[in-house]
Amino acid sequence: MPTLTYREALNEALSEEMERDDRVMLMGEEVAEYDGAYKVSKGLLKKFGPKRIIDTPISETGFSGLAIGAAMYGLRPVVEFMTWSFSLVAYDQIVNNAAQIRYMSGGQFSFPIVFRGSSGGGLQVGATHSHTPENWYANVPGLTVITPSFPDDAKGLLKSAIRSNNPVCFLENEKLYGYKDEVPEGEFLVDIGKAKVRREGNDLTIVSNSGSTHRALNAAKILEAEGISVEVIDLRTIKPLDFATIAASVTKTNRLLIVEENKPFAGWGAQVAYQVQRELFDDLDAPVHRLTSLDVPQPYNGALEQAVLPNEERVIAAIKEVLA
Amino acid sequence: MLLIRHFEEKAKQAFQQGKIKGFCHLYNGQEAVAVGTISVLNDDDAVITAYRDHGHALTRGVDPNACMAELFGKITGCSRGKGGSMHFFDAKKHFYGGHGIVGGQIPLGTGLAYAQKYLGTNRVTLAYMGDGAINQGAVHEAMNLAALWKLPIIYIIENNEYSMGTTIARSSAGDPLTKRAGAFDMAAIQANGMDLDDVRAKTFEAVSLARTESQPTLMEIRTYRYFGHSMSDPGNYRSKEEIESRRQNDPIELYKARLLEQKVATEESLSALDEEALAEAQAAYDFAEHSPEPELDTVFEDIFAPEDQIAEFRPDLRG
Repeated sequence: MPTLTYREALNEALSEEMERDDRVMLMGEEVAEYDGAYKVSKGLLKKFGPKRIIDTPISETGFSGLAIGAAMYGLRPVVEFMTWSFSLVAYDQIVNNAAQIRYMSGGQFSFPIVFRGSSGGGLQVGATHSHTPENWYANVPGLTVITPSFPDDAKGLLKSAIRSNNPVCFLENEKLYGYKDEVPEGEFLVDIGKAKVRREGNDLTIVSNSGSTHRALNAAKILEAEGISVEVIDLRTIKPLDFATIAASVTKTNRLLIVEENKPFAGWGAQVAYQVQRELFDDLDAPVHRLTSLDVPQPYNGALEQAVLPNEERVIAAIKEVLA
Repeated sequence: MLLIRHFEEKAKQAFQQGKIKGFCHLYNGQEAVAVGTISVLNDDDAVITAYRDHGHALTRGVDPNACMAELFGKITGCSRGKGGSMHFFDAKKHFYGGHGIVGGQIPLGTGLAYAQKYLGTNRVTLAYMGDGAINQGAVHEAMNLAALWKLPIIYIIENNEYSMGTTIARSSAGDPLTKRAGAFDMAAIQANGMDLDDVRAKTFEAVSLARTESQPTLMEIRTYRYFGHSMSDPGNYRSKEEIESRRQNDPIELYKARLLEQKVATEESLSALDEEALAEAQAAYDFAEHSPEPELDTVFEDIFAPEDQIAEFRPDLRG
């Protein structure tokens, strides 16, 4: 099996899906002639031409809305946000138009559209560029929210997202673009709405996503030496939430730690914690613990930013707290 | 125009009877805009508008019964009772809504035109907005894209002089509003929204430009609404005298007079048309009133389109 970076895996998914269906096109800032701000679309202009790989002006509301209208008319656009932090400028279009027109029209229109781009903190780019907005979108009925953590899932989930007949918010992680791992060649689809056990263990379950899955896995590896056995579930899809996979694990380990990079108030982890206490109360040997970023805007300074993120030291401390 | 006028009178009555809830924005006074523009289109061209959408839907051929039923929130409504007054839709009639966020429909309409061009359809899009919408960033972003990418779209500002209760003089710098097209080197046309023939002639020019050269146009059509912004608006920001004087310039009466003058119609034939439109509006009211409410479980329907390209998807939403 070939080894690809997360970035290359995404590129492969785009390329394969564009070859498969000529209604699929990619639109965004610097996606064509510049080959993408993070080089995810590298080489695609050459391969597919300017009709299907489209450089837009810096105009997120305009081109997002345009792409939603094009989806309403039968195209299958992929919209790249240079970072999801910039999607806030297009929030109205995504929430009111992509997500809700199907419902408001009594099911007359569908919106086969993918919004994708980088997200997350840890690169010292300050508060405006470091958001993890999966919660904001997961809160909107009609939107599917995906946050892949590994190259194989990046490819398989992006292919599924493009084939979906519904709007998908696909949040990549800026820090993972260079991460390498094995990726199946050719036709490889990952189911939307299914979590994956990335590491098996018996003492405690961690539920995490995106960059936090890597923090959790690193922490689990470190604690293995101390004889602590941690199971790590990578959510992959935030919404719809795969509660069955979480429940199966918690029923086995009886302890749950949630690790997410979001700010604490009303993050997806709060939803998981609610559902676990509601449905698995008798299975729990300890209160559910939830580790998030600190409730402050993202600072620029490296040490300050690391302190804000749910870093490995904080994950290890939290694991020990749940096991105490 | 007569059908719209009578339909809106019935809607007003139904609102006052408590049969229509929420917001209800009436089109009285503006009829010549929808009729003059949409009557120039082919049946498969696209129409998209804002929340004052009853007139556009009716002109596009959306069933008046389904429109009134939507206002009543009934399952027989053109959006199955889920959209309401501001969110009429009819895919079969190429009517793309009915949109509630001021200016938010303009990027969407631009995307319809983008897809029309991408797919080589030779169709065009009419995208309507009120004069208040012209100050939304979304509108300018979309117009830039349409001019940049040469899209077959006609942006139509229905300038009724008030964005809700704020006069245009207090909301918008630069008169006329067609000046906004200049920044994008976009064609711009003004029309008299009280004169059906003028609206038709100007729209025909713009539609031709879109269809033959794939170029956008910004139209400003000057009009006037007789009632408040919505049914909840008593309209204290303008005088009775102002409204009365503008009613003297009524688009329906003007057009009737022209038809009589040109001897195309007689008082009798016009009166018969009026009766027919009134009967159609009354029938729509009766249809809406006697239509069933949606079953409660329809609340979970119409969120996601069925998936046909992914083997396993959304097991949680499967039956």
